[in-house]
Amino acid sequence: MSTPPVHERESYIGQSVVRPQTARLLAGRGVYTDDVRLPRMTHVAFLRSPHAHARIRALDVTAARALPGVVAVVTGEEIARVCDGWVGTLAHFAGMKSAKQFPLALGRATWQGEPVAAVVAETRALAEDGVASVRVEWEPLPAVTDAETALDPATPVVHPELGDNLAFALDVVAGDVARAFAEADLVVRETFLTGRHTGVTLEPRTILADFDPAERKLTVYHSFQAPHMMQDILARHLRLPEQDVRVICKDVGGSFGIKVHIYPDEMAACALAVLLGRPVKFVADRLESFQSDIHARDHRVTAELAVRRDGTFVGMRLDDLTGIGPYSVYPRTSAVEGNQIARLAPGVYKLRDYAAAVRVVLQNKTPMCQYRAVGHPIAFAVMEGMVDLAARELGLDPVEVRRRNLITADMYPCTAPTGYFFERLSHEEALDKILEMSEYARLCEERDRLRARRVYRGLGLCMFIELTTPGPAFYGIGGARISSQDGCTLKLEPTGKVVCLTGVTEQGQGTDTIIAQVVATALGVRLEDVRVLTGDTMVTPYGGGTWASRGAGIGGEAALLSGKALRQGILRVAAAILACEPEDLDLRASRIVDALTGEVRLDLPELGRIAYFRPDTLPKDFQAELAVTRHYVPRHQGFAFTNGVQLSHVEVDVETGFVRLLKHWVVEDCGRIINPRLVDEQLRGAIVQGIGAALWEHCVYDAQGQLLTGTMMDYLVPLAAETPEIVVGHVETPTAYSEGGFKGAGEAGTAGAPGAVLNAVNDALAPLGARVTTQPITPEVVLRALGTLP
Amino acid sequence: MDPTVPIELEVNGTPVRRRVEPRLCLADFLRYDLELTGTHVGCEHGVCGACTVRVDGVLVRACLMLAVQAEGCRVETIEGVSGAGEVSDLQQAFAEANALQCGFCTPGMLLTAHEILRRYPDADPARIRVALSGNYCRCTGYQAIVDAVHRVGGARGRGTR
Amino acid sequence: MKPAPFVYHRPASLPDALTLLERYGPEGRILAGGQSLVPALNMRLATPGALIDINRIAGLDEIRLGTEGLVLGALARLDEVERSPLVAAHAPLIAQALPHVAHLAVRTRSSVGGCVAHADPAAELPACLVALGGTVRALSRRGPREIAAAEFFRGVCTTALGPDEVLTAVVVPRLAPGWRSRFDELARRHGDYALVALAAHARVADGTLAEARLVLAGVGTTPVRAARAEAALTGRRVDAAALDAATRALAVELDPPSDVHASAALRRHLAGVLLRRAVRGLAEA
Repeated sequence: MSTPPVHERESYIGQSVVRPQTARLLAGRGVYTDDVRLPRMTHVAFLRSPHAHARIRALDVTAARALPGVVAVVTGEEIARVCDGWVGTLAHFAGMKSAKQFPLALGRATWQGEPVAAVVAETRALAEDGVASVRVEWEPLPAVTDAETALDPATPVVHPELGDNLAFALDVVAGDVARAFAEADLVVRETFLTGRHTGVTLEPRTILADFDPAERKLTVYHSFQAPHMMQDILARHLRLPEQDVRVICKDVGGSFGIKVHIYPDEMAACALAVLLGRPVKFVADRLESFQSDIHARDHRVTAELAVRRDGTFVGMRLDDLTGIGPYSVYPRTSAVEGNQIARLAPGVYKLRDYAAAVRVVLQNKTPMCQYRAVGHPIAFAVMEGMVDLAARELGLDPVEVRRRNLITADMYPCTAPTGYFFERLSHEEALDKILEMSEYARLCEERDRLRARRVYRGLGLCMFIELTTPGPAFYGIGGARISSQDGCTLKLEPTGKVVCLTGVTEQGQGTDTIIAQVVATALGVRLEDVRVLTGDTMVTPYGGGTWASRGAGIGGEAALLSGKALRQGILRVAAAILACEPEDLDLRASRIVDALTGEVRLDLPELGRIAYFRPDTLPKDFQAELAVTRHYVPRHQGFAFTNGVQLSHVEVDVETGFVRLLKHWVVEDCGRIINPRLVDEQLRGAIVQGIGAALWEHCVYDAQGQLLTGTMMDYLVPLAAETPEIVVGHVETPTAYSEGGFKGAGEAGTAGAPGAVLNAVNDALAPLGARVTTQPITPEVVLRALGTLP
Repeated sequence: MDPTVPIELEVNGTPVRRRVEPRLCLADFLRYDLELTGTHVGCEHGVCGACTVRVDGVLVRACLMLAVQAEGCRVETIEGVSGAGEVSDLQQAFAEANALQCGFCTPGMLLTAHEILRRYPDADPARIRVALSGNYCRCTGYQAIVDAVHRVGGARGRGTR
Repeated sequence: MKPAPFVYHRPASLPDALTLLERYGPEGRILAGGQSLVPALNMRLATPGALIDINRIAGLDEIRLGTEGLVLGALARLDEVERSPLVAAHAPLIAQALPHVAHLAVRTRSSVGGCVAHADPAAELPACLVALGGTVRALSRRGPREIAAAEFFRGVCTTALGPDEVLTAVVVPRLAPGWRSRFDELARRHGDYALVALAAHARVADGTLAEARLVLAGVGTTPVRAARAEAALTGRRVDAAALDAATRALAVELDPPSDVHASAALRRHLAGVLLRRAVRGLAEA
């Protein structure tokens, strides 16, 4: 039988292939961590502090222990005997301080929701009955809840041993801001507030820890983004050898950064498994999620932009105050958000004279840490808000003001005044493209016409950069055992199929699929011949998992290198079988072909059969190597930056204050795109997440540190009826620092969405002389800005 | 004293007999007692829609129904509905549009979308958006879902399922 | 969040249900649709010793037009009511309001009786009942009772129902000639509890509201009849001056609550906006 020659090497890069795992997810056959059952499995429920700050005067667990079905009731002291505490600081954040934190509070609770005692029972319901039976005598203490006064001498110090409530202070100075301001024709000043909000992953945080006391081995099923990091931390804090700890991530129902941090309740569940020698499962129910998932983005930013009359920027000052929780979160710290706001804000523009101050203060509220697009949404809502403000005050077109200040194509490569290195970005192209895609001029004209009829529409732009693919300095330099490299193992099976093991992980974005696309392309096999496995520390190469949009840029590059290496190995075997040179052959569409003519010489199942079962037919000194591992450390300076621009079109009902989202556009340059549909859908989902923060999402606290928005009725997530159609366009500027040229795209949507919506609302309100600077932009906020409400 | 009561019902066409505590909700019964884990629990408030199932042909929040209340009822979960091929056109459209990412909302979305198209065969995207507002998705931003449902509605209308 | 343990009963008849209610006293809760009760159980905000499930009691789910008016049985599901041609014809206000209640998979279980007896001040159906001059029917071992909707709602989740009474039906008078209805709601997202909602039922003649029944949800501890605003409008041409007078009167008579979703000032203001829109809409229709 003759097969037609294969002339072309199939490239899957740039193809919108359907994700293979959708079939099982659509059939309801996903396996999320709560779907995993183990023999003799128990469930843990936590007694949590109802107070933002309180001493634990007495804790009586006798009634709880006596309940039928309750296996154990454990307090802070007992847990601390098996689990070492942790401190959420990193060495490169000079001066940063945080107190030691334990799985269960010791003597004092410092946030509402902090776990204080653990009840382990045969069912979750019985465990909760146990929690209800625990008797606690609380001595409520004053709660620190106002970031503005956190550093006042009269304010109680959350952790007296730290001296004050300042967790971290940062000053970024570049150029000569004083001179720049003196030279300016105009200085515009504004204060922006972004409301605390949280991730609300639909699958709540879930962990199932199984300790085998016979072998002293711990296996943990974890809905998580970074299994190797968790493995390392569990081993160190539970005092187990690292190779005896295995972390497995099954299907993860959304993460967005919420599931990449260390939580006391999850550590407690693992410690309990060690104590009890039985599997312990913890599922954070929705009430617990609101109280104990990390919060983010609680900031007050005051910005000053100095400009010339022609709209060019001469300098900028930024002052950021953020109130986190009583602890900086481990191990990534709660300083990163403020740090990134300060360093990202001026990044799109040619500004060289810049000064930013960041103060991170402790509060008796839920701990805060990295959540999708860390810092970016705030940085660009501020910067782009200031740009529009300056344009308005100068009477200039906001698009024109941007054009006059953008870093242009001829300026690359360059280093931002705040230290970030830009290889090459495409601001001008992206801006041109979005204006064209949206028919911006027509929309402006329509907006102006409708104003005469008292219909108030607005258009808001937000230009942004996004840091992706972080290099080794990001966390490692501070002493964190967080891996910034990643690895990919490829194995050719006897049947000619390829198994791929990768250290990056999957939470629905399509990691499995894009890695397969890269592997298939680099190897020269059909996509359907590749199987990808992620999320098992015992099986995959050591890697960092998913965060900071690193999957494509780092995991993808490791996969590419691995694919090329295995291809060489396969061709060597083929050459040995066919008695020729490897250079005479190629691997295309899973077949060994003549490199020049494309004639099919051998298929992979036959190669596999011979290599694995008939090596007697190969030269005596020949050893087939059909499994390879390659690792990749990103070598660019710092990050692979991407850039984009978003446009929001809104209509504000000035009678009710309600904002209606008419449409949204994004043009994103995320380097070479592996799977366009997956990138577009990531952008859409991320944009809606940003829109949620702009209009609805808010973790509201009262003055006593009580969370008022602790249910799905009170915390408003975006739903289908209110979210707009989102149109996506691209520019593609691959990075030259890697062979694949891939950069990240997971967070860009969130980075630019709030800024676009804020600017659009302000554009709508401009004729009425009103402006909003607070998110979420509620009807109350709009009506107060209009003077309708006091 | 045994707090459990006996129940008999039909789940995905199969008769089922168990003893359950009255406080056990239908979602937990399906997931733990019957190990049908395709129905997901996202809030236990009745807001997110991840637990949506069909009881006697009607869409229901399984987290707001007690298992004991399903006595004598015909319960259908995603496993049954999918296995019967009832939503195969929606599943295909979802896959092609990437109208699911993590998949946690997906069973509820499919059952709800199917019911929407049954009630409003000509549903336009605006109507679909309103009708899907009881199903929270954090990953997709909804557009791909709405597009997929709309496309299937059109195909069903033309008889080209 | 799993409920605290409780005993479960499923009486087959109303007399059996009443016996159980009496037996358990305050420890017994009626379970109808469960869409409000079960979340409360799940959050352990409610920890009754016993649930009395009335869902299988025959004859409680009717939607019927009788001589007394439109009868909606306590177990009529909101979804059935929303789609009923009888309701569309004889209580269009309710048909307009129900699409705002939560979402489809909740409305399939949510019952008329449960919704009315739960008496959430931001709920749509209670406001509609008051606007339509409806009546609540209740039954206890002492016999049946009828309570005017205007007297039924006493406070936040508090009604005139006695601890030993079960709501069996609500009755809405037949729609009289010249009467029009209009339901408006402002909510942050579709299906949320209203920030403010207005159930407006008026007899319109010649661009004038001859009689008006304007009932607001979300602005008090119960549905609030905007009596002063009605007085400012009744018998007048609906023009700018009339609307101004009505809005001013409304602002005076309302004392809305402040909560995490809206301040009192916002609610007061939004009520005025809804009033103007609804009244203009009714007069022009």
